[in-house]
Amino acid sequence: MARNPVTWLGSPTFPKAAHKALADTQLRQNLRKATGTIRARRAAAVAEMTDWEMLRVAGEQIKDDVLARLDTLLVQLEESVTARGGVVHWARDAEEANRIVLDLCRAQNAAEVVKVKSMATAEIGLNEALEAGGVHAIETDLAELIVQLGDDRPSHILVPAIHRNRSEIREIFQRRMGVEVSDEPADLAEAARVYLREKFLTTKVAISGANFAVADTGSIVVLESEGNGRMCLTLPETLITVMGIEKLVPTWQDLEVFLQLLPRSSTAERMNPYTSVWTGVTPGDGPQQFHLVLIDNGRTQTLEDSIGRQALRCIRCSACLNVCPVYERTGGQSYGSVYPGPIGAILTPQLVGDMHDKQAASLPFASSLCGACFEVCPVRIDIPSVLTHLRAEVVEAKGRTAESVAMSAAAWIFASASRYEKAQKAGSLARFLAKDGKITSLPWPGSKWTSSRDVPAPPQESFRTWWRKNRG
Amino acid sequence: MASAREEILARIKAARVPPAAPVVRGYNRQGPSSVELFAERVADYRAIVHTVSGVPEFLTSLRGKRIVAPADVPAEWLVDGVTWLHEPLSIEELDQADGVLTGCAVAIADTGTIVLDGGEAQGRRALTLLPDYHLCVVRADQIAGSVPEALARLEPTRPLTFISGPSATSDIELNRVEGVHGPRTLEVLIVT
Ligand code: SF4
Repeated sequence: MARNPVTWLGSPTFPKAAHKALADTQLRQNLRKATGTIRARRAAAVAEMTDWEMLRVAGEQIKDDVLARLDTLLVQLEESVTARGGVVHWARDAEEANRIVLDLCRAQNAAEVVKVKSMATAEIGLNEALEAGGVHAIETDLAELIVQLGDDRPSHILVPAIHRNRSEIREIFQRRMGVEVSDEPADLAEAARVYLREKFLTTKVAISGANFAVADTGSIVVLESEGNGRMCLTLPETLITVMGIEKLVPTWQDLEVFLQLLPRSSTAERMNPYTSVWTGVTPGDGPQQFHLVLIDNGRTQTLEDSIGRQALRCIRCSACLNVCPVYERTGGQSYGSVYPGPIGAILTPQLVGDMHDKQAASLPFASSLCGACFEVCPVRIDIPSVLTHLRAEVVEAKGRTAESVAMSAAAWIFASASRYEKAQKAGSLARFLAKDGKITSLPWPGSKWTSSRDVPAPPQESFRTWWRKNRG
Repeated sequence: MASAREEILARIKAARVPPAAPVVRGYNRQGPSSVELFAERVADYRAIVHTVSGVPEFLTSLRGKRIVAPADVPAEWLVDGVTWLHEPLSIEELDQADGVLTGCAVAIADTGTIVLDGGEAQGRRALTLLPDYHLCVVRADQIAGSVPEALARLEPTRPLTFISGPSATSDIELNRVEGVHGPRTLEVLIVT
């Protein structure tokens, strides 16, 4: 079987890549500024909701229900999309998905296609596959465009160019668009508007991802900000949507939960500027040919793991990245995958499905287990528990060397080893504190400490408090 | 060899995921459908908002402009002095228009959102996408309090567009900047 392109070929293991990234002060500065802004705004957007916790619980339960009935719901989705004039395709892996999309483009004689930002197509390496087949894919999301024009790799699931500041973006635009532009965000946005306008108005085939698909109605949902999504979903004659099989919700009503959870968690808005919903083909409005490509690419093997499968609840909001102290310091590219940060650390190795793959197996160690990701996750994915679970699997596959991997992966990310140890004690150990205040056993790697020495009682201060006081 | 479809469905079955607990919908399903709250939330997105008692009086501001209007807008909206553009319109014609005037299907007070469903006074989706200015008329009785109430009023199989403020991006240093590909000016007329 071909390798899963969810990780980039030739990427170093996380500790190696992160070592290099830590030396890049510009990168750290850019990330610190961007994630700092969004953390504060997300907190405010969430604080406004009195029922946030109930929404999170409902989000978790709806997604668990989807995973429990995935086969039935997928067949139901297929029926409803087909009944409304769409065509449904199934792909076991990236290679199969890419071939389906390339054939569809060729059938339309399309030399160029416009694309709306989509994690699924990034995961399967669709752009490269299309290019090899003679079809050029134009990214239309501003951040994707910055990455594409800069011959760069994404570093964040919502804002793939988060590692670039405005003056770097200006430099890329001037070089690749051949225009004079200032580094004012409004001018940069205008430059992108002008650059893409003609493409939107003339391109016949568009490719999108999907945030949600409603099984009982066949409706597909895409949330966006700029209007590039609306352009792609409305103007071309043919629309090809590529979607992971877990992106379902059972009913239209279930969307009421996610349309509240997602915008506040991702861009810290009450609602994102544009959300498009379409069901098959509507005569006289929008693309008259609609293809839905459902991809597995490691999801069914993830589903088999009773602890790991909760990663499939993810709605790709990126809140866990924005709060992660490790991500903030190493940047997204160190994870060697389109899925970086805490979600990447649990999803990527499971999609790859090979604990002997050195790079993928290093990812569950890219964490201090502080728990901030779990706190913000809108679908309550217990990322720290999945991390410890996957670490144990890596150890089982590889033997005893993993503890040193763990330490080298995270300790030096913090300014000094003693601060890291303090973080460990305050954060991760406290998670396993028994009700009576005594620590009896810890999951690996803590188990090595509990078995060999007394574990000091964790300080009252949580890692979060500690981090807030000591960050930077 | 089994088809991809059969194989994926078989793998899902083989994973034997146990049934999930029933969904508890303990969150708020209703909210105040107040005109004031809606107006305030729309304005938060840097859209322009007016609360008026009649539409035609306001439309004099469009005089001298070339404005797209769906064929089924109320006749009284088509005031004199404006060049009204009606379907069939090409993509180029839409792109060159000064703006578009529509009604809406539903609005949401809690989030300051307007929803179009291609129904009465709204036209197909391209109409509200290509012109750089969108003037949207919202009747007070179209305002739902919450997202759940709004979704319950909508027909999911129609092509829907939820609009919350003008086109924007958060892609440069994670700060919101208005105005990328969709209409850069959104003006909302709330009719009470
Ligand atoms: S794991 Fe949770 S917080 Fe992270 S991107 Fe997915 S849904 Fe968002």
